[in-house]
Amino acid sequence: MSSTGQAPRSPMAPPRSFLWSRRIFLTLLAGFVLVPVYVMVSSSLKPLADVTGKFRWLPSGLTVRPYIDIWSTVPLARYFVNSLIVAGAATLCSVVIAVFSAYAVSRYNFRGKRVFTVTVLSTQMFPGILFLLPLFLLYVNIGNATGIALFGSRGGLILTYLTFSLPFSIWMLIGYFDSVPRDLDEAALVDGCGPIGALLRIVVPAATPGIVAVAVYAFMTAWGEVLFASVMTNDTTRTLAVGLQGYSTLNDVYWNQIMAASLVVSVPVVAGFLLLQRYLVAGLTAGAVK
Amino acid sequence: MTSTTASADPGERTARKGSPGAAREPRRTGRIRRIGLPYLLLLPALVLELLVHLVPMVIGIVMSFKELTQFYIRDWGAAPWSGLGNYRMSVDFDAPVGEALLHSFFVTVCFTLLSVGLCWLIGTTAAICMQDTFRGRGLLRALFLVPYALPVYAAVITWVFMFQHDNGLVNHVLHDQLHLTDKPSFWLIGDNSFIALLVVSVWKGWPFAFLIVMAGLQNIPRELYEAAALDGAGMWQQIRRITLPSLRSVNQVLVLVLFLWTFNDFNTPFVLFGKAAPEAADLISVHIYQASFVTWNFGTGSAMSVLLLLFLLVVTGVYLLLTSRGRKTADV
Repeated sequence: MSSTGQAPRSPMAPPRSFLWSRRIFLTLLAGFVLVPVYVMVSSSLKPLADVTGKFRWLPSGLTVRPYIDIWSTVPLARYFVNSLIVAGAATLCSVVIAVFSAYAVSRYNFRGKRVFTVTVLSTQMFPGILFLLPLFLLYVNIGNATGIALFGSRGGLILTYLTFSLPFSIWMLIGYFDSVPRDLDEAALVDGCGPIGALLRIVVPAATPGIVAVAVYAFMTAWGEVLFASVMTNDTTRTLAVGLQGYSTLNDVYWNQIMAASLVVSVPVVAGFLLLQRYLVAGLTAGAVK
Repeated sequence: MTSTTASADPGERTARKGSPGAAREPRRTGRIRRIGLPYLLLLPALVLELLVHLVPMVIGIVMSFKELTQFYIRDWGAAPWSGLGNYRMSVDFDAPVGEALLHSFFVTVCFTLLSVGLCWLIGTTAAICMQDTFRGRGLLRALFLVPYALPVYAAVITWVFMFQHDNGLVNHVLHDQLHLTDKPSFWLIGDNSFIALLVVSVWKGWPFAFLIVMAGLQNIPRELYEAAALDGAGMWQQIRRITLPSLRSVNQVLVLVLFLWTFNDFNTPFVLFGKAAPEAADLISVHIYQASFVTWNFGTGSAMSVLLLLFLLVVTGVYLLLTSRGRKTADV
């Protein structure tokens, strides 16, 4: 597998008709993708008058004021930290659990294997709305019975989010582990490694692109979730997904601040994603797309 | 991840092998644990899936048979049974509740088919266009993945701004600059909201198709193209005869995943329209949310959810039966 990109298709030069259609299509598509990104960036640098009046492509004056004000209009820093803790912890747990599960399915034959994979995968198709209220009730009941605060806490949200990415992660890692030659970890077992040792020393390092891909996916899922974040958080545990709604008051919508805040919360994930996208394609190639 | 890579260095392994006690110990426990080990490895995933998905689903099914209004929410077990009442109400298409559900279902099906079709079409075309190397390809590829990487709320809120009636870009371009409309239109209420939702959904969703198809293209052996070129097949013929057929199994998974995600999507309509979506864009997730949390009838909301799940199960089952990949996946 080449990590640099796709295999070139044709040894001959593409015909003119193909080159022209390609040029037109890719230009239009780039425009479609870029316009909202441009609106986000340019509006975040506009004075308030520019975003409340008629739309203008170019700002009447550039200002960094929105970037200063976003932190005091709403407690953005706190939301940021909350999102970071929740998404980070959910990603870490989800990846570790998915690695163990995928290893079991990939390397062992056992009763109930098929039931397990089908069950876990089918949870992928549950609409979130289906278990929002039951989960809410369950967390409240567990809290009342044991004193463990799941509802309204970051812990509850972490627990919920890590299961969202789990099915896809397990599925992708099964494919990825299958592509790691079995001889490698069998050799490690003969050398005296335990099964876990073989997993951690041989399979995991060999499957790093797949694991990175899964981690990226898990982080993005948790960072972008809105529904559960808006029901299951309170003032102190609110995440960015909910906190961003605080920029519209009854009288004013601070669009320039909203755009600035959107940009600030997007930059870490987009940058991380673009840095790791090579792994993602490589991971998908071996995992999901067998 | 890097730490495990580092710990796999050969020096450490030889050191471990060198001490006889360390070598025998793992092998013995290994034999004992071999039988239970897979189950032990699966346990965390199983417990979590049970706790967060399956147990709530069972509770949800029980709730759908109860008359669960806000009076019983503190102690939902005490709510009176209503038998099939909630279901009867949900599928009574002559009464307001059932009629609204049926409408919402049709809107969701139309929306999902259009969105998945467009996402697939754009994603596949873009991936095929970018199969060969050309100048700026890496940059373009990174750019195309940006909508996928952006957090939903940040991306959709930007679209909300663009769709504003008075100060949005869309009306500015369509009305002020291109003079295509007589007066500025409303995009987030009324019939146009369906178009707005579709545009946002496609903008956000096609890069996933692009990503998967790009990954799929890497598996096509180069020799196939070389052989075809020798036989005199042009670029267009190569795409039709080699590229598209080779993507078949990838597409089967991709379409199913896109379908389930789009059909169940809550985040996009919720950020775009808020708690009550306009009628023309009343997707089923938001509809059920509204039935449960805004009108406070959790019993009916649960019944609707169960009906939705049954529908998805049937669709997925039929789809998996019809595709060869399904048989392969089920045999994992």
